[in-house]
Amino acid sequence: MAAVTRGSFSALRLLLTQQYRRRCFRPQNLRYNRNLHLSASRWDRSLQMVGARALHTAIARRGAIVQFKLSDIGEGIMEVTVKEWYVKEGDKVSQFDSICEVQSDKASVTITSRYDGVIRKLYYDVDGTALVGKPLVDIETESGSELNQEEDVVETPAMAREEHTHQEIKGHKTQATPAVRRLAMENNIKLSEVVGTGKDGRILKEDILNFLAKQTGAILPPAPHFQEIQTPGPAPTAPAPKPVSTPVGVKPPPTAPKPVFTGKDVTEPLKGFHKAMVKTMTAALKIPHFGYCDEVDLSRLVLLRSELKAVAERRGVKLSYMPFFIKAASLGLLHYPILNSSLDEGCQNITYKASHNIGLAMDTSQGLLVPNVKNVQLLSVFEIAQELNRLQTLGAAGQLGQAELMGGTFTLSNIGSIGGTYAKPVILPPEVAIGALGKIQVLPRFDSDGQVTRAHIMKVSWSADHRIIDGATMCRFSNLWREYLENPASMVLDLK
Amino acid sequence: MLFHLRRRFHLLGAGTRTQQAWTSSSCLFMDPPSCRSPGLVLQSQSTDVYQNLALEDWIDGHVDLQRRSILLLWRNRPAVVIGRHQNPWAECDLPAMRRRNVALARRRSGGGTVYHDLGNLNLTFFTSKKAYDRRRNLQVISEALRRVRPELDVQATDRFDLLLNGRYKISGTASRLSRKSSYHHCTLLHSADRSALSSLLRPSCPGIHSNATPSVPSPVANLTEHAPSLKWEELLEAVVQQYNSEFGLISPSRLVHPADESLFPGVGKMEAELRSWEWTFGKTPKFRVETQLELRDGQAAAGCSAELLMDVKHGLVESCRLDVPADWLPVRLSRSTGEVLLGERFCPHRAAAALAALLRSESGQLQGRLRNLCEALLAVMG
Repeated sequence: MAAVTRGSFSALRLLLTQQYRRRCFRPQNLRYNRNLHLSASRWDRSLQMVGARALHTAIARRGAIVQFKLSDIGEGIMEVTVKEWYVKEGDKVSQFDSICEVQSDKASVTITSRYDGVIRKLYYDVDGTALVGKPLVDIETESGSELNQEEDVVETPAMAREEHTHQEIKGHKTQATPAVRRLAMENNIKLSEVVGTGKDGRILKEDILNFLAKQTGAILPPAPHFQEIQTPGPAPTAPAPKPVSTPVGVKPPPTAPKPVFTGKDVTEPLKGFHKAMVKTMTAALKIPHFGYCDEVDLSRLVLLRSELKAVAERRGVKLSYMPFFIKAASLGLLHYPILNSSLDEGCQNITYKASHNIGLAMDTSQGLLVPNVKNVQLLSVFEIAQELNRLQTLGAAGQLGQAELMGGTFTLSNIGSIGGTYAKPVILPPEVAIGALGKIQVLPRFDSDGQVTRAHIMKVSWSADHRIIDGATMCRFSNLWREYLENPASMVLDLK
Repeated sequence: MLFHLRRRFHLLGAGTRTQQAWTSSSCLFMDPPSCRSPGLVLQSQSTDVYQNLALEDWIDGHVDLQRRSILLLWRNRPAVVIGRHQNPWAECDLPAMRRRNVALARRRSGGGTVYHDLGNLNLTFFTSKKAYDRRRNLQVISEALRRVRPELDVQATDRFDLLLNGRYKISGTASRLSRKSSYHHCTLLHSADRSALSSLLRPSCPGIHSNATPSVPSPVANLTEHAPSLKWEELLEAVVQQYNSEFGLISPSRLVHPADESLFPGVGKMEAELRSWEWTFGKTPKFRVETQLELRDGQAAAGCSAELLMDVKHGLVESCRLDVPADWLPVRLSRSTGEVLLGERFCPHRAAAALAALLRSESGQLQGRLRNLCEALLAVMG
């Protein structure tokens, strides 16, 4: 049975009737008894297979169950430890897919599947000891698929090798598994015309389907997510496990049927960082917020920064606008320390924090993290820029630690770097104020002579805790901050 | 396609081959009958551990090793390389490695943990699965050393280590077997930094219980400590010569760069996978952390401790139980701390972000104690 070459496959299939199959198929026709890998019939599913060891056969509708044994590893090794399973019961595998990882004596071995089919049983748990020559998994093979008897280590007879993966067409070797070849044959496709996208140019099922899609102009839904689309036309002779192969073999009817959307909602539990954020934000919105917005003319700052950028780069630091915003905020907090305070749990006491640890909202792969620059009141603009560079590098690498993330007293969020003008930021407890900076836009404004001029305008939105901060305080702080930024030279007067 | 390659080969001129950079992998890995040398010696120009490991993977997956063998020689900038099924937290000191900028890589072969630096030579013997013979490969090294420095007594043990003078380990071995091919690689300590080796190869955190492959520590020595005149180039030459004579090959020797996509198409993707967290940490077999956390009040010791029990699977915290004395911290808070870590990576940075967010939602006197508990917890994560 396994001796049938691929070339004669189609002819044989047509020739053999049910009766003929029953008659022909006898245990003594099996040439590979000793391998004990033989499958039950692919011709007739109800026939029992007799071998030296009892094999499971499919009384079921699909193919027969094959015991896939752990083959010889070499060096006289008789047992290995199963370290990791790549499949579980019920998974579909193709020939050459990895099944598991075993380890023996510092050698790590990947065991790959010899058959196409569905995993029905795993014989060992992780860390279990697997014996060479004993069954590793049970695979229920696809009906009609040919089984490859090739051993990895032992030389195979010529017949079995021919039936292996290579198909000689016009002197080119095309690689495809038996299941793929069957699909191509059913749809009258020449494998030489199909572009293989698998390893070594191997042709995969997806390649056949894509080829057909191009031919018929049909749009193929991705296999696992959509139900079978009912199309009029002859059904294929053997039901294939993937629903997409059903509509593919048929020319599209004149009126295309309406595809039924069967996408499913996905629910997953909130874990880790996101769960913590839920707690943070719930606590944050218990604070009575009020908002205050303004716009700042940054034209002079833009000029200043362009002059200083080169100087900073020579010292190895990237200079953005943030160091200026942060320093100006710190200078403002010196005059309005209530914005750098914290209210205790029972709202009994207010603590004025001595350090200005100004936080910077950062968008990382994990989510919104707010590392802070410590003691801004002691730092120069350049030193702030240096520290920002360091925090940004750590944030990009996902290596912000506890020291960077804790201890903030005031926060600035530069959402404008992504986009936006006005925002409504949420205060991060235990702080009492936060500012969101919009993007810098070039807009027309009137200058002191009443002429229209180009101005670099940035919008800022502040939120503060109304239990201890009133609108006037916020407004005065914002004005001071704005003055420093609109006239950077005035910062020089007050720099400590 | 093979026909075209053969034609091109003849055009290039079959003759004596000098060292040259190769422009296409098809030239480099041509079928033996056409290029007359079933052996090939490659030397990697890169000292990046991920690039070199990706090159090994590439050769293992893309070259037909049935009729030819390859010897790859490589070395890395300081890095710790753990075996396929090992636990990095149990094998090496991750915080110390971060401070010293030492990379961590997980290789695909089994075995234990090794420290690589520029004084350590790595050799990879690629053969078909049938020709897989570790003892013979090690003989290449021991014979080569015997030729250049006969006073050194180098013997292979039954664990496939190489011992110098019967005492010091100078080489460790690991291997990988795939469907048709195999490779066996080993280290060779020429002039590595032994103090770094011993200080970095110790556990990051206490209390780890797992079935991951443990490393077997051994006393090590460098070849240059016993044969100071042995130069690096001399060692390489001797090994290549002995490789050719042992296997009866005439192998041309080539310099290659593992990041060269034209020579090794697809190697960049393999390198990216080796660098990923999911491979390096996520492939750790399931383990449990069971330890005591010393609690503090401010700077002083609080005089009591908490018990931590954590299960980690695929590098993610599967379960976390914190038993903290209820009079030091309310049960509600210790429970939230444990909950917030569930599903996060077993990584101090990820945990720090989650705990920082949690701390924001708690205020008051207890915040200080909670913060200390979090600090102690993060110290356990390496």
